[in-house]
Formats: sequence, structure tokens, C-alpha cells
Amino acid sequence: MWNNFLQGYRNRALALRIAKMITAKAQTLEKTKIMHFCGTHEYTISYFGLRSLMPENIELVAGPGCPVCVAAIEDVEEAIQLAENENIILTTFGDMVRVPALNKSLWEVKSEGFDVKVVYSPHDALKLAEKNPDKEVVFFAVGFETTAPAVAYEIIKAKEENFSILTSLRLTPPVMKYLLESGDVEIRGIIAPGHVSTVIGFEPWNFVSEYGVSVVVAGFEPVDVLLAILMIVNQVSEGEAKLENEYKRSVEREGNIKAKEIIKNAFEVTETIWRGIGRIPSSGFKIKERYSYRDARVKYSIKKEIKKTSMPKGCICDKVVLGKAYPTQCHLFKRKCTPRNPVGPCMVSTEGTCYIWFKFGKQLPSPLGL
Amino acid sequence: MCLAVPGKVLEIKGERAVVDFGGVRREAIISMLDDVKVGDYVLIHVGFAIQKLDIEEAKETLKLWVSILKETT
Repeated sequence: MWNNFLQGYRNRALALRIAKMITAKAQTLEKTKIMHFCGTHEYTISYFGLRSLMPENIELVAGPGCPVCVAAIEDVEEAIQLAENENIILTTFGDMVRVPALNKSLWEVKSEGFDVKVVYSPHDALKLAEKNPDKEVVFFAVGFETTAPAVAYEIIKAKEENFSILTSLRLTPPVMKYLLESGDVEIRGIIAPGHVSTVIGFEPWNFVSEYGVSVVVAGFEPVDVLLAILMIVNQVSEGEAKLENEYKRSVEREGNIKAKEIIKNAFEVTETIWRGIGRIPSSGFKIKERYSYRDARVKYSIKKEIKKTSMPKGCICDKVVLGKAYPTQCHLFKRKCTPRNPVGPCMVSTEGTCYIWFKFGKQLPSPLGL
Repeated sequence: MCLAVPGKVLEIKGERAVVDFGGVRREAIISMLDDVKVGDYVLIHVGFAIQKLDIEEAKETLKLWVSILKETT
């Protein structure tokens, strides 16, 4: 196997042993809610059926870690406005084209005859600009700190004048802080995002423990997630709340210093809007003035006043991303709202909780037979 | 969207590398990493290497947990 070293992290016997340990350690605990930030963690939990291994008093809830779900509707509307231009090729990641905005999605704009293309990376968008010198190529950049270095690299390195970027990049610790400050969700532990932390390091999550909440940075294999839960349950049963790192094969204290530097060179941190949540200070990346020629907002002076920023009627995606509701509590789920015809953003993305629950539900047997 | 996939470095061409994902090969930008060598495992996100994976650490962590769990269960 090309990635043999990961096989142990998918080992059934080990997974079951950890689950047994979690159950034993959790016996004396009251109802304990653990939130995982990342959509990819929700994917692991649902795909491998990890919830079925939890004792009744351990509840696993998903947080706001789906960039497509929290991308401001204002940003999607800006992308639509740009895409509706004969001279522009609008590029973005696959999930983003299907997000319903005020009246339509980028995919519907494409169906009207405009040029919207899905790309795998910002570099592929740049290559499109090279190949189409008579067109303007805009890359609609959605993501967190994991994605920011790849975008920053192209902002700084690209030579093509017909290439610009519409940013909708966000920082993750501020939204977690917002959530803890609000006190709306009683969380006892947080599974912090492993790949965001690969870039920013694990230190930025230290603040979580100040709220009396345990925090463990975790990888994305089933054994990684189970170990993180065990580490949190251990802390809770010992009356502790501290920061631990389960994902040592990838996450270091300082993170990726070069990646952090390139982010700092290209972006400044600014207040931004999170869909369904609102404005959060210092939680967004904005292209620095020295690279304003790469900033689609400056290049095309787009400004669109949007008064209504709430979710579509009946959609509770805003509650789902904050761990306040499960998809099954939404009356649109699996009825009017499906991956083929998503009403809200949580049903669009492969990292959206509604999409993941629709796809894997609880009825399917776990691929590991867990 | 923060999905990152480990791949094995097959070839290095300056700031780029050809990376193997179990048969699927793609080019990735590796300029954020130091001392990448052919045969290293790197973590790729949107065509961009964000980390060189510490395989020994991966094995050690697992070994340590297996021994702890053996003692306690």
C-alpha cells in the first residue's frame, strides 16, 4: 500500500478498544457535548459510524468548519455578478458553484451561457488565465487557513495581468471564540481542525482552555478521531481543560512557518461576515493593498448592497453550523432539501453536515464494521 | 474544504513535485516545505503541499497508544 503507515489508524480492533475505553471513562460523567470544528471530521464520524460507538452521555456535534456553508451570501452574489460578464471566466472549487445565493447559484449562471469553471486548485485557475489571454480569469477563493497559503502563493507569484482573486477566506479561531463567548452551546470539549492547525500550529487553540473547555487537535482517520474523544473524556473525568495534540505526524507547535509568512505577505486580517452567524471581528483575509491589482473587488469595483442575509425560508443551516441543531431536526431535510436540489448551503458541500447525514445517515453499516 | 491527502513524492522539479496518490499522479507546489526528498510523504491541499508527514511519529504515536490501551483494558 502506498500509504501503509495509515493502516493502523483504520484498524478495527484498535478502534473498538478505544471506544470501550471511552465508554469506561465516561461512566461517571454527566452529559458531555464534544464539538468537532471541521467538516472532514464530521465526514469521518458519519462515514465510519463513530457515533454508534459512543455511550449515551457522549454527544458529538458538528461546528462551523464547512467553508462553503459559512461563505457570506454577499461573496457568492459578488461572484455571480462577475460571472455574468461576457469577458470573465469565473473559477472556483466544485462545491461552491452549487450554493444557492439570493436568486440562483453559479451553476445556474453557467446554464445561462456564462463561463463558470470548476478548478482543483488556484494554480489551475492561473493556468486558465495563461491559456486565455483575451479573457479575464477570476478565482473565487473560499476556505480557511489551510487554503490561504495556496491562494497567497498565486497572488504573489502570478505574472498574468488577466488573473485576479475574489477572496472569501476565513480564520477559524475567531469563530470558535465567538461560539464560546456566546455560551449558546454547552460544549465540554472541542476537536480542533487538523489541517488548519498544520498551517497555523496548535498554539492558537490555547485560548479554548480558558473557557474551561478541553481542546484536542486531531487527524482525520477514525482512530485519530476516537483518540481525540478519549483524550477529551480523560480530561473531563480528571476535571482538566487543556490543549493537546493528537495529530503529531502533521501538526507542530508553530505550524508551517513559511506558509504563515506567505499568508502574512499577501493578506491582512479583517472583519468578515459568516453566513448565518453574522459579522465576526478579525476573522477574514483581505488582499493587501500592495497586491490590489490581484483583488477582483478593486479591479472591478464591485459593490452590491444586500439587505437580506438570512438562510432560505425554513432552512436551519445557521443552527446546524453552530451545533445548535441536527439536520434531522430540519423539516426540509431529505424532503425538499437534498444534495440534488439543496435549499441551504449545508446540503451542498461534501463537508456540510446535512449533505454528510443525507449520504451516510445512521442506517449504513460502517466500512470498518464498527 | 480542508481535506488534505497524503501523497508520495516521485519527482522534484524546482518548486513543484510530482506526487503519487496511490496510482493517481499530480503536480503540487512544494515551496512551503524544507528539504523535500523523493520518497517523502507530503500532505497536499488544493495542489499545494502544506506539510511533510512524519511517518516515524505516526508509527510511534500508534505504538504508544496501543501499549497504553493494552495496559488499561
